[in-house]
Amino acid sequence: MQSRRATYRSPWLPYLLLAPQLLITFVFFLWPAGQAVRQSFLREDPFGLSTRFVGLDNYTRLFHDPGYLNSFKVTLVFSVSVAALSIGLALLLAVSADRVIRGHRGYTTLLVWPYAVAPAVAGVLWWFMFNPTIGILPYLLGGLGYAWDDRLKPGDAMILVVLASAWKQISYNFLFFLAGLQAIPQSLREAAAIDGAGPVKRFVTIVFPLLSPTTFFLLVVNITYTMFETFAVIDATTGGGPAQATNILVYKVYQDGFIGLNLGSSAAQSVVLMGIVMVLTFIQFRFIERRVQY
Amino acid sequence: MVENRPVLTALAHAVLILGVLVVAFPVWLAFVASTHPSTTFLSGLVPLWPGDHWRETYGQMFGAGLSTSGAPPLGLMMGNSLIMALSIALGKIAISILSAFAIVFFRFPFRHLAFWLIFVTLMLPVEVRIVPTFKVVADLGMLNSYAGLAVPLIASATATFLFRQVFLTIPDELVEAARIDGAGPLKFFRDILLPLSRTNMAALFVILFIYGWNQYIWPLIVTTDESLYTVVMGIKRMVDVADAEPQWNYVMATATLAMLPPVLVVVAMQRLFVKGLIEQEK
Repeated sequence: MQSRRATYRSPWLPYLLLAPQLLITFVFFLWPAGQAVRQSFLREDPFGLSTRFVGLDNYTRLFHDPGYLNSFKVTLVFSVSVAALSIGLALLLAVSADRVIRGHRGYTTLLVWPYAVAPAVAGVLWWFMFNPTIGILPYLLGGLGYAWDDRLKPGDAMILVVLASAWKQISYNFLFFLAGLQAIPQSLREAAAIDGAGPVKRFVTIVFPLLSPTTFFLLVVNITYTMFETFAVIDATTGGGPAQATNILVYKVYQDGFIGLNLGSSAAQSVVLMGIVMVLTFIQFRFIERRVQY
Repeated sequence: MVENRPVLTALAHAVLILGVLVVAFPVWLAFVASTHPSTTFLSGLVPLWPGDHWRETYGQMFGAGLSTSGAPPLGLMMGNSLIMALSIALGKIAISILSAFAIVFFRFPFRHLAFWLIFVTLMLPVEVRIVPTFKVVADLGMLNSYAGLAVPLIASATATFLFRQVFLTIPDELVEAARIDGAGPLKFFRDILLPLSRTNMAALFVILFIYGWNQYIWPLIVTTDESLYTVVMGIKRMVDVADAEPQWNYVMATATLAMLPPVLVVVAMQRLFVKGLIEQEK
């Protein structure tokens, strides 16, 4: 950790300054997390009268539960689709905005505002557009001969939540790509142009490789986003259905814990998710360290 | 632009215009839906052009709410969202700037431990520890209160790190000069650090206001009292009607107004917003 040369000394003031943050951290973060770990080794009887220690049994059951393994698969499909779709579209838009000189600030304004839309609201907007009876998209798809029904068809439900989540994330990725593009020295592109490289070749051999730190960073951030913040998108639209087709891991923790009241299993799922966040955070920070040195 | 290729530039404009339209389309439809009477949504296709029924829809939502699906008047929900967003944003900024001040400008035992404890909160998003956190809040008697809505969310590792970065760039000479002039730590904080971090605070405020306004799962589980509903979770209550289609015009009027404040903040303070967003990830 970096330190300063000139500092103040006081036996009590720094603790007082840190007290509010640490108090909240302890009461609402560390204590509940500890409780989740503790609970994950316990099992309650069906009436909630007694609990007993069961060791790793909650975890073994979890990883033998086809529902849970399915939820892993659903989460993977969902995260990768949202990340690929929103990163791809954002890159296309950012490259275009970087090319136009006149009006690129206006385009930026018109593209960034969805960041401010709540995930739950984004979900409801797309759910409305995809409403099987009155929605505009099923009407158009019907014209093509496809009977859309996100309430019955698992694939349709997945497409719905992917589109809603990706739509909201484009603006974030767009801003980071645009910042990355504008940081590429103009002289590099000019040198390549003089050497006879056309726009496509320049993009493939110069611009995209120089953007790779940004792309990697966005990949991690987008996966974190789809794993946790999209809870609201799922809850406001499909509710994990139909037939568990959109029941991502973070939604299952809530469903099993709050609705199913299977506390031991829900706690074990929480612990697994904490492990995943730790890995993602670790990757993100390793990467930022590298970027600083680079 | 390296060379003049009008076709490519035209293509870039076309991609951008298409992008803007696709991004705006869902919101346009929501607004249009809120201007038609409920009967429009019984069958057929949703309208694509605004109707003339908006006064009734918004009047109903602001005046009485939608009691059939348990949604209180819109003004009340927006007020609750505003209280929640402001308390979260200001609370996070206040406690984070204090902790960053302690960590950067003091030497004391357990300094590293404090830093790591704050860091750990990054790895514990509320969605992951939802059940035990709910229990803590319930045990403290904070369900159905503004404190219960805001306080558990105001610890912030990212804000603390941001202020720490800002403070680390302040030259040692400035601190020494302040000390020689007889400024104690609190005076130094008030007269030098606070003014120097004003822009960062404003940028952070934009991001955190949006974060607070858009909270969903937390208000959904800690409030059962309708007078404490926030607008984002209120939409969920309106959509969740058993065995019937939601009343789309009211739902979409609520959605339109739920989007309005944070979107206005982003558009009006675009520069600060971009600064806050990009700095937060450093």
